[in-house]
Amino acid sequence: MALKEYDVIIVGGGITGAATVRDCALRGLSALLIERGDICDGASGRNHGLLHSGARYAVTDREGAEECIKENRILRRIASNCVEQTEGLFISLPEDGLDYQANFIKKCREAGIDAEAIDPAEALRMEPAINPRIIGAVKVPDASVDPFRLVDAHILDAQRHGADILKFTAVTELVKEGGRVVGVKTQKGDVIRAREVVLAAGIWTAGLAREAGVNIGMMPSKGALIIFGHRVAKMVINRCRKPANADILVPGDVVSVLGTTSDKVPIETCDDMHATPEEVELLLREGEQLVPCLAQTRIIRAYAGVRPLVVADPAGDGRNVSRGIVLLDHEERDGVPGLITITGGKLTTARLMAEMATDLICKKLGSSAKCETAVKPLPGSEGRKPRFKDPFNMRAAIGRHGNEVSQMDFKTGGEILCECESVTRAEIEYAVKNFGVRNISDLRRHTRIGMGTCQGSFCIKKIADVLADILKVPADELVKEYRQERWKGMTPVMWGDTLREAEYMQKTNKDEI
Amino acid sequence: MTNLEQCLKCNLCTLVCPMMEVNPDYPGPKKAGPDGERYRLKDPAFFDYALKYCLNCKRCEVACPSDVRIGDMIQLARIKYGSQARRKGLTGLRDWTLANTDLVGSLASPFAPVVNEVLQLKPVKSVMDGMLGVDKHRTFPKYSKQKFVNWFRKQDQSAFDKFVSYFHGCYVNYNYPKQGQDLVKILNSAGYGVHLLEKEKCCGVALMSNGFAARAKKQGAVNLASIRKAADAGEPVLTTSSTCTFTMRDEYPDVLGLQNSDVRDNIMLATKWLYEKISSGEVKLKFRKDFRMKVVYHTACHMQKMGWQLYSIELLRMIPGLTLTVLDQNCCGISGTFGFKKENYGFSQKIGSKLFEDIRTNNPEYVATDCETCKWQIEMSTGIPVLNPIEILAEAIEL
Repeated sequence: MALKEYDVIIVGGGITGAATVRDCALRGLSALLIERGDICDGASGRNHGLLHSGARYAVTDREGAEECIKENRILRRIASNCVEQTEGLFISLPEDGLDYQANFIKKCREAGIDAEAIDPAEALRMEPAINPRIIGAVKVPDASVDPFRLVDAHILDAQRHGADILKFTAVTELVKEGGRVVGVKTQKGDVIRAREVVLAAGIWTAGLAREAGVNIGMMPSKGALIIFGHRVAKMVINRCRKPANADILVPGDVVSVLGTTSDKVPIETCDDMHATPEEVELLLREGEQLVPCLAQTRIIRAYAGVRPLVVADPAGDGRNVSRGIVLLDHEERDGVPGLITITGGKLTTARLMAEMATDLICKKLGSSAKCETAVKPLPGSEGRKPRFKDPFNMRAAIGRHGNEVSQMDFKTGGEILCECESVTRAEIEYAVKNFGVRNISDLRRHTRIGMGTCQGSFCIKKIADVLADILKVPADELVKEYRQERWKGMTPVMWGDTLREAEYMQKTNKDEI
Repeated sequence: MTNLEQCLKCNLCTLVCPMMEVNPDYPGPKKAGPDGERYRLKDPAFFDYALKYCLNCKRCEVACPSDVRIGDMIQLARIKYGSQARRKGLTGLRDWTLANTDLVGSLASPFAPVVNEVLQLKPVKSVMDGMLGVDKHRTFPKYSKQKFVNWFRKQDQSAFDKFVSYFHGCYVNYNYPKQGQDLVKILNSAGYGVHLLEKEKCCGVALMSNGFAARAKKQGAVNLASIRKAADAGEPVLTTSSTCTFTMRDEYPDVLGLQNSDVRDNIMLATKWLYEKISSGEVKLKFRKDFRMKVVYHTACHMQKMGWQLYSIELLRMIPGLTLTVLDQNCCGISGTFGFKKENYGFSQKIGSKLFEDIRTNNPEYVATDCETCKWQIEMSTGIPVLNPIEILAEAIEL
């Protein structure tokens, strides 16, 4: 089969790959993004959903902090429907002292981050749930970002500008001709050719590069997180101290996300990431210091992701390694033309990473097209946000998809199927049409279906029936796949109300499936 | 703090919600309560105005196996986020009038004969229906020429050495003093003198459901202060309205944030108090030998929530010559002032239809219930007269 030859192939469907394929498409390059699973299967779907202001890095990494605040401001504009402008607080407890805070404010301001010290009593008025023992608080422009929506928006925009997206297709090797990378070979045995290949596969980048004779020293750093059932605070709550475990609580949509840990893990474990009981214990112990009521708040699930850190020296725990952007021109670095790697960085700085990578691609391809991603709004964020006067069942959808709701048919699809997360049939149909979902787990990433309190115990059958009908597959297979995935996140936190929910889930669904 | 996280999404509450059955626009207790609360915590703009359809019957809370305070959560959301939904213009005037039972009662009583006649006139009803949105099928309960408190002042209670306090409520005071008079007669014949509270205000239930929670809280504080004085004097505070009782015992702390744990046990329905006194032998009533009555008992929603229908039913069963049938618990649909509003009339009648059918099938002489708004609804919808158990008891004993 003769396959199209592209200007550029991007390997990896996380935020870095998605932002890069969008940038390439906007600059008029013919681009293909290839991903072995669904989008956000890796670290992009397993993080805090924090749009950093840069404050967290201000003391230790000035350059990273400056990148963050710049990108933070850009994303608020271009991805307004993915970003919730919650703002953030850095709180000091007596054991943290106020010396760190003074230096922190100074460093933030040097990096261009508005950091404003506020009275502890005022902070407690703003956020009554935070630890009442606080001795200081600093307000910073942190925000909450929905990583799934952000990646989807990039993918949509890339497609609308002519890019191709090939999901559920693994790249088995990089195809080389005369020392030059000329394309990729997929699991199906197809060879797809391109003038440049970009590796944006997070921690999986190293393995792919090695195949092509290129060595990238990567250090997988595992971060575990816990999701709580509802919002306990409106703002992002950080600890004002040297970055450590479990010191950030982010309000994400209707939940609260606490994290993270940071541990070096063997690269072989990266394909099956889950939180361990010890990590959950540590997160809860530390999280309680930040917001005491977390000790009594229902946990929905725990999960873990892998930061793709690039190191010269693979020792250390990962927190002291720079999380800076790494752009590798393998022609220059390793004498392998046709291959570029973009990795490191953060969710917040992915657009900048993509710009840097695409600048290099254009240079290689002799294109002089300028980057427009900092000014062009993403789909869903174009124009004015739809008003909330619409029927109630549309409101959550507007919050998630912004202007993209105009692509959804709420007249026939207004029925709410996932009640915890208020997801309608119209959103399911939209996701199937635009993102090629295969099962309920895929659907979850694109709609939030089953992400809520009941983890699908109540609604999953209904959803399986709807999806089975569209995809022409057996509904019970869909339910089975989904359950396995949900158990993974619920098992480490199976006590109290989560245990009751799990029992309910098991008993009510036992016989019918 | 509401306990939304204990919700397992089992939907038992959805199953028992009377509004869910008749109104597709109402999201139901689960969605309006714990599901909606998660969104309201994210952004108050997620407040759904369809929450106005909640009857506050609390049947969802009775059904919930996880003890989630669903009804309270909905009430609290309406107070916190929905106050701007208070209607303006003539409908606002209507809601204000319906809510301020105390004030409106005081204004209307002196002119009771005129007001009663005027409110029944067809042209007046159609104007109220058309302009104010008070459904034309409804007739306001008639105002009494003499207020209960004025009657009570003439009753000499000085001969007694044991006393109870009586919270009469707006309906007894302005509309139906007979019910209070009956209680005083029963208590006196049982050897107890009656005191009124030092200061009594409307319990506030109508204020709360019409968006005047702050006023309700103020009135509640006044009531609690008087109830505390009665408690200090060793007197229980008896009531003859299940909703006033429920409001003062449970809505005060759970919805209005008025702490009442020191006196909560002191507030109780007269039927409960009487039942306990009679069954312990402390009170002996002499029943008429020639008394005959065929009665069905309807459990008001708030009675069910308190779990006190038992006392009213058992008290009625003590009456020789009374044939009693206990109806299945079904909401009558009126929910206080809710059913008076034109836009709700249809829902009210649909919700109540099962109850009405049940009553008609039994064909009783009287329906007994502890709630006055159930009384209005049942009388209007079935034509069968409704009595409070206290009235039946007063009729059955030799005074």
